[in-house]
Amino acid sequence: MFTVDSISIRYEQKTIIRDFSFQVQEGEVVSIIGPNGSGKSTLLKAVSRQLPYFAGKVELDGVNLKSMSAKQIARKMCMLSQKNQAPADMTVFDLVSYGRYPHKKWFEKLRADDHEIIEWAIEKTHLTEYKERTVASLSGGESQRAWIAMALAQRPKILLLDEPTTYLDISHQHEVLELVRELNRDMGMTVMMVLHDLNQASYYSDRVVVVQGGEKAMYGTPGQVMTTDMIRQVYRMNSEVQFSAAEQKPRIHLLHTAR
Amino acid sequence: MTNSRSGFTVGVTFALAVIAGIVAIGLGSVTVAVPEILQTLFKSAESAVNDTIILNIRLPRVLLAMVIGANIAVSGAILQAVMGNPLADPGLTGVTSGAAVCVLAIMLAMPEYTQFIPLAAFIGGMFAATAVYALAWRRSGMSPITIILAGVAVNALCGGVVGYLSIMYSDRLPSAVQWMNGSLAAKGNATLAMVLPYSIIGWILSFFAIRKANVIRMGDQVAMNLGENVNRIRIMLSILAVFLAAVSVAAIGMIGFVGLIVPHMARFLVGSNYKFLLPMSMALGALVLLLADTGGRTLFAPMDIPAGILMAVIGGPYFLYLMRRSVL
Repeated sequence: MFTVDSISIRYEQKTIIRDFSFQVQEGEVVSIIGPNGSGKSTLLKAVSRQLPYFAGKVELDGVNLKSMSAKQIARKMCMLSQKNQAPADMTVFDLVSYGRYPHKKWFEKLRADDHEIIEWAIEKTHLTEYKERTVASLSGGESQRAWIAMALAQRPKILLLDEPTTYLDISHQHEVLELVRELNRDMGMTVMMVLHDLNQASYYSDRVVVVQGGEKAMYGTPGQVMTTDMIRQVYRMNSEVQFSAAEQKPRIHLLHTAR
Repeated sequence: MTNSRSGFTVGVTFALAVIAGIVAIGLGSVTVAVPEILQTLFKSAESAVNDTIILNIRLPRVLLAMVIGANIAVSGAILQAVMGNPLADPGLTGVTSGAAVCVLAIMLAMPEYTQFIPLAAFIGGMFAATAVYALAWRRSGMSPITIILAGVAVNALCGGVVGYLSIMYSDRLPSAVQWMNGSLAAKGNATLAMVLPYSIIGWILSFFAIRKANVIRMGDQVAMNLGENVNRIRIMLSILAVFLAAVSVAAIGMIGFVGLIVPHMARFLVGSNYKFLLPMSMALGALVLLLADTGGRTLFAPMDIPAGILMAVIGGPYFLYLMRRSVL
């Protein structure tokens, strides 16, 4: 279980996130959504220790992250940015093998079981035939998968993704999100990600956090959160929401700017 | 770039450096043939003349060039990893001139404290490195442009202080001119004995730093994700890089471009994995500075052109070539 407890984040005297709390249950996919500048990415960065927060705490299975070493955290949690760049001559295999780094002491070499995990991560992300290619030579979607494979080799319990689809075209966006869901279902990996697209958030998440002006506007299942009222208040857009009780995944059609 | 091929290339370069070193011992106003050099080195033949030329003059100079070339190149390779930037080089970032200012201050203003020259070089280099971080660091890292600009600022400031010292102590300046141009002329066993222990410590620490350099070159965010304390690695590796550069400045003065060019050539030859890049930079740095120094003292004989001048003449155009190829 992952707990964000009354987090406040300030940047240059300005409060970006105010008194923010929510919980993610083990094995859930949770999306963070909100308009530009709402603080959603800042929130994810603070949770993953890239940005400092001045109040509140983040707990992983009841343990405060601040009381854990960087290495201990790296064995349990992994964060991927929007865009990652590998050195030009690094192969997919080399990149993925870096995922074993937090599990090794500085003098330890990769052992047979590490190789097994690396191969498994590459297979899981459908990159077996690209193993010896350089990451730089892959397409956007493939390269994003290679980075996810590195994260997998880390064997984290929780995977944080900051807008994993921003730089991809539509089919690659779904390819990456399908992979994320597959990992979640097959391995029970907890996933927390920032998404822009409301339909993607609705379709791929168990629960959705809505951030507005640095505060939590709503938190619940897509069926609870994705309403015409929420979309009007948070995004100032009129919309139609299609919802079937059987599917539980609302489909959102944005119409025009609300007056 | 396969691992075995890269390993082979590193081995070949080390061998080439050793061979070039032996040949270079023979070159000069008195030419000594390679068999005679080997006999003298391994004490299998006695010749007072050869002993003097080889053991007291040529050998220390050749070794010094190689040791210092290795130091500066490794320093550049490490700086490029921690600054995440292909332009990070002890010369361009101002580390070299920071160290030089402090050394010159002792040479000119306080000649009675020459034993503190290595320490002064280290302190000056650390000041310069700190200034570059303070000037160029942004939340997302350092861009090549800001590094160059910060380096320009630090170098300009140091140049000003050097100018001031030269005018204030113009009577003592001739003794420092050779040093200011990065010359190995008249350097002997004493300088080598000063440099070697520090260098060996630096090399050992560098080999321990290979894994850290490999992780930090992936960027702060990735390194942190992999469980590294990014700030601590950055500080420790920067100190190591400054240390290696400062030792070199203390011994023979300012030599530019070795720290920039050599890691680039090494990366081209063996790839960007520091497991190969670091030893390759070391071997290639030794070879390059040896060639520069030997070229400087033989091509224009009896003139002895400082290696630093030759490096600047070769390094400037190479730098432009890198810019044209938009590597930077």
